Amino acid sequence: MASKTLFDKIWDMHEVKTIKDGPSVLYIDRHLVHEVTSPQAFGGLKERGIKVLRPEKTFATPDHNIPTINQHLPIADKISRFQVDTLTKNCEEHNIQLFGLLHPKNGIVHVVGPENGITQPGMTIVCGDSHTSTHGAFGSIAFGIGTSEVEMVLATQCILQPRPKTMKINVEGKLAKGVTAKDLVLYVIAKLTASGGTGYFVEFAGSAFRNLSMEGRMTVCNMSIEMGARGGLIAPDEKTFAYVKGREYAPKGADWDAAVEKWKALVSDADAVFDKVYNYDAADIEPMITYGTNPGMGVGITQNIPTLESIDESSRKTYLKSLEYMGYEPGEELLGKKVDWIFVGSCTNGRIEDLRVFAEAVKGKKKAEGLTAWIVPGSQQVEKQAVAEGIKDILEEAGFELRQPGCSACLAMNDDKVPAGKYAVATSNRNFEGRQGPGARTLLASPLTAAACAISGVITDPRTL
Amino acid sequence: MPIDKFVTIESTYVPLPIENVDTDQIIPARFLKSTTKEGFGDNLFADWRYNKDGSPKADFVLNKPEYKGEVLVAGKNFGSGSSREHAAWAIRGYGFKVVVSSFFADIFQNNSLNNGVLPVIVSEKFLQELFEAGIDNKVNVNLKEQTITNLGNGKSESFEINSYKKNCLINGYDDIDYLLNIKDEIASYELSRA
Repeated sequence: MASKTLFDKIWDMHEVKTIKDGPSVLYIDRHLVHEVTSPQAFGGLKERGIKVLRPEKTFATPDHNIPTINQHLPIADKISRFQVDTLTKNCEEHNIQLFGLLHPKNGIVHVVGPENGITQPGMTIVCGDSHTSTHGAFGSIAFGIGTSEVEMVLATQCILQPRPKTMKINVEGKLAKGVTAKDLVLYVIAKLTASGGTGYFVEFAGSAFRNLSMEGRMTVCNMSIEMGARGGLIAPDEKTFAYVKGREYAPKGADWDAAVEKWKALVSDADAVFDKVYNYDAADIEPMITYGTNPGMGVGITQNIPTLESIDESSRKTYLKSLEYMGYEPGEELLGKKVDWIFVGSCTNGRIEDLRVFAEAVKGKKKAEGLTAWIVPGSQQVEKQAVAEGIKDILEEAGFELRQPGCSACLAMNDDKVPAGKYAVATSNRNFEGRQGPGARTLLASPLTAAACAISGVITDPRTL
Repeated sequence: MPIDKFVTIESTYVPLPIENVDTDQIIPARFLKSTTKEGFGDNLFADWRYNKDGSPKADFVLNKPEYKGEVLVAGKNFGSGSSREHAAWAIRGYGFKVVVSSFFADIFQNNSLNNGVLPVIVSEKFLQELFEAGIDNKVNVNLKEQTITNLGNGKSESFEINSYKKNCLINGYDDIDYLLNIKDEIASYELSRA
């Protein structure tokens, strides 16, 4: 038998058929649904007069367009409320499990899936959200889809999908002190650029990824899309199994043992051939921060913004436009630059480990004067745990406030918008123009770096804390 | 939603010589609250197109009446970022039927095709020549032959599209119809895994 990559193994197992000179028909094990990209898909089913084929494989939670304060009150924005209510109505009509607002399992869809054992190794998982790649941390093929595709999955539990090429990103070695999973992935994206992974599905391999916690692996896979990749995955191991075990939707008893046996085979064969391979050394990575308007525009925090001469001539116009938006000059130093806003949260870094790191770093210190900070847990469970572990108290003593779960200022669909011209150090995933509000300027970094900046009010190397 | 059958297009085009145009630029998140597919065209490129008070920004290309047509020509890596299909709805809603670039993000490409908007990948040189040509320049996009021609200089390039999708666009078929038609095959796949 020809040797295969982990990606190939899972894909082949889920291929119902391939269309000649066309896409594959891929069977989907888990379909996650949220309020923003699903209403038109449910509308399509209605027009066709059909029901959801496999509601038991479908899970829904509102997250993108919900407030992160006063969730017990009706949503003030009428259009937002209608969108969230539409999700509720659609789930009732099609018998889909919904974790609605204030439900103990509500939260950001990519936090909720793993923490409830809905996400499992070897599965195909889709959602109308590009950060579905997060679930690849469990050794599954997980990727974001458009609303037409959401409708396909609702109607047939299948999707038509061109088979992507395979890429291996191998990082060996130990991450230095102060360097986290977020820095690791921002480093890789800076190397590959925001489009370097387009057309590929990535396997993250090597000791730097293996040594990460499951939360760290989720942060890495989450940002696969930021290098343009269709998704990213990491082979499951004992750490993965230990994380999944005992969670509500995980297999139990004899089923569990059988599942783990199967999951152990989920590795790339030693001689499997990838279409592209990159190798990096973990020792080269320092805490990262972005300075521009795509996630590939990142540097080590002690470095300067690249000079104009270092940019390809054909890309200089776009480069200057980007820096103009940010209010920065080519070649400038980043350390010491003003920070107005801190956002800790999102499907990238809104899990309990991220809040722990942030709280540990600000413990006994005070938030910088004049700085606004939004600390947003990724789910109800994360919020509950943050309270139980005393994180909420630590944050409050240091002048921070823990909000309620949701996507929040990552995409600023709700009221959590950073004002025009303000600089926000954010633990989320995108620094696009206007992403955090019209005119807002985003600098992506780790929760640890965000903590350092929150205390000093300027861009600060977390290793100096 | 049925998609229109794609026919050969000969049109002037709107140039947008910016790289890495992400879907947050194509349609900012605050416009995603709608539960239908209509009306997004008015907010296409909203933050580049309008001032804070809603008045048009005179220097943005969509606000210059001399630039028009059914074709959008944009810098490389068009449509990166969010999977929001609203981006394709906005482009279609505005009246574009073709987007030309030297590189497209994966999800955007799928979303466009699923909405009858044809993404055409050309070489960097071909793209630059389109940007440099005069306002009245036209392109011819022939899906059947898989060619795009810069009518100003007569240069032509062929572009790739898989024959399944090509057939869908030419005939106005959509993927859901295809999948609903192979229900039995999906059912037997499910049985084989049970």
